[in-house]
Amino acid sequence: MMQRVVRVASGQGFWGDSLEAPRQQATGGPIDYLMLDYLAEVTMSILQKQKERDPNMGYARDFVGAIESVLGPVTEQGVRVVANAGGVNPPACAAAVRAAAAKQGKSLRVGVVTGDDLLPRLDELLASGHALENMETGEPLSTIRDRVLSANAYIGSEPIVEALRQDAQIVITGRSTDTALTMAPIRFEYGWGAHDYDRLAAGIVAGHILECGAQCSGGNCLYDWRNIPDLANVGYPIVDAFEDGTFIVTKHANTGGLVSVHTVAEQLVYEMGDPHRYITPDVVADFTTIHLEDAGPDRVRVSGIRGTAPTDKLKVSIAYRAGFKAVGTLVYAWPDALEKAQVADRILRERLERLGLKFDEVLTEFVGASATHGRLAGATPPDAPEVQLRVGVRGSDRASVERFTREIAPLVLNGPPSVTGFAGGRPKVEEIVAYWPALVDKTVVTPRVEVLA
Amino acid sequence: MKVRLVDIAHARSGDKGDTANVGVIALRPEWYPLLERELTRERVAQHFAGIITGDVERFELPNLSALNFLLHGALGGGGTLSLKTDAQGKVYSTALLRMTLDVPDADAAKLALPSSP
Repeated sequence: MMQRVVRVASGQGFWGDSLEAPRQQATGGPIDYLMLDYLAEVTMSILQKQKERDPNMGYARDFVGAIESVLGPVTEQGVRVVANAGGVNPPACAAAVRAAAAKQGKSLRVGVVTGDDLLPRLDELLASGHALENMETGEPLSTIRDRVLSANAYIGSEPIVEALRQDAQIVITGRSTDTALTMAPIRFEYGWGAHDYDRLAAGIVAGHILECGAQCSGGNCLYDWRNIPDLANVGYPIVDAFEDGTFIVTKHANTGGLVSVHTVAEQLVYEMGDPHRYITPDVVADFTTIHLEDAGPDRVRVSGIRGTAPTDKLKVSIAYRAGFKAVGTLVYAWPDALEKAQVADRILRERLERLGLKFDEVLTEFVGASATHGRLAGATPPDAPEVQLRVGVRGSDRASVERFTREIAPLVLNGPPSVTGFAGGRPKVEEIVAYWPALVDKTVVTPRVEVLA
Repeated sequence: MKVRLVDIAHARSGDKGDTANVGVIALRPEWYPLLERELTRERVAQHFAGIITGDVERFELPNLSALNFLLHGALGGGGTLSLKTDAQGKVYSTALLRMTLDVPDADAAKLALPSSP
């Protein structure tokens, strides 16, 4: 008898990833589930701002197009979709998706997971002793309470499993963990229990491998990068999961990119903290137990994964207004490109000083010389063809940051010579929405599931 | 013998707040023990002195022939607060690979390490 397999395909690694990938994953070969991850740390706050302007917004609008592009596989072949596209407004996202399907004469059963949004309850939580301290600095949330834009608990696999149990074809969550989007359908199919820690951990590791899309199938891969074939036609990753918790990472036939022990290992260490304790709401996974094995062309077998009981906390992603910033750039050409850029920086700083502008930070980088590696890059050759001067400022006063943006272009005519690259115009002032990670007791968060049909 | 880290390892980096993580993976599994011995927390902290403002932590993953380093205070405040080009620490990976290791000649010969050009 053939061993049973559950096939989960990754079609989106962040909001802004390839618009073609969801359809390619759903049509390039057989799959059971399409997993789409739209949320990064700051995405929730952007969505919250959109919802403030229009109460029907606040979700990843790309997702509607993605569903339109896979309607055939979903309604005819039974492919099911799990996505955190709901952002801060999963019900509106579900309504938009169902309306788009209806336009094509299709009806969809859409599961909506809510309960992660803590913004309306924030004062109640603070009053009842949940300080929501910043996990990095230890400061209590009260120091920035009046500037908070959004607050969402990272929730786990259980509500997604429940929506699948109720036959949802599409499951839309808000701030689910990225990894739960992959683990939940595997858990649902095999009926893994809440104490099945090793297998839940295996599902989480599969989720970590898939959550950044093509970053595990040849994209952004340093190992022998020149020989990764046909990235133009890169195949997004797929996990074939078995009942015992082992799985194979692969991709569709006739696609570019590469799945190898090296490409998967690079993704495993991406954004890793303590590998012994990869904490999720469902389980704590031990990444030092992962065993990778070459299982043929574009196939890597993953096994041996161990997990332990989760903690009694959930992580909370809080976004708050944190001032303004702007970044200006100019390009200086040979000869003496770096020296000219350095002189221009000194002139600019002297002018900012004379204007009496105060900033929390002024940062100068010389792109082409030392911007990314600092002194480790060594001396810049005197015949460097060009160097970009890049100056950023950050502060709480919008007008001062605005004034800074007017001081870049004049340098073209009243500063050092051989300067170009200002065609983009004046730099834009950007309001900073910063990230405040905190923990909250699990008991105060109650995920809810509704299936619309 | 001088051995460039970039010739014996590959790496990927990312961010968590103001901390960058760099995962360093031996190009060949038999080179991992050398990384574990030579690429100490102290050596990496020294490499990034003046570039990061916080401590360095090291974790070992012999199962992946990898070491994971956490570089605290590496991202100018991190996330959206940072003014840096590399606000998300994406290329700290290759910044670490710029390191050169001093390896005893006998070890280098036994492991067939590529010598620094």
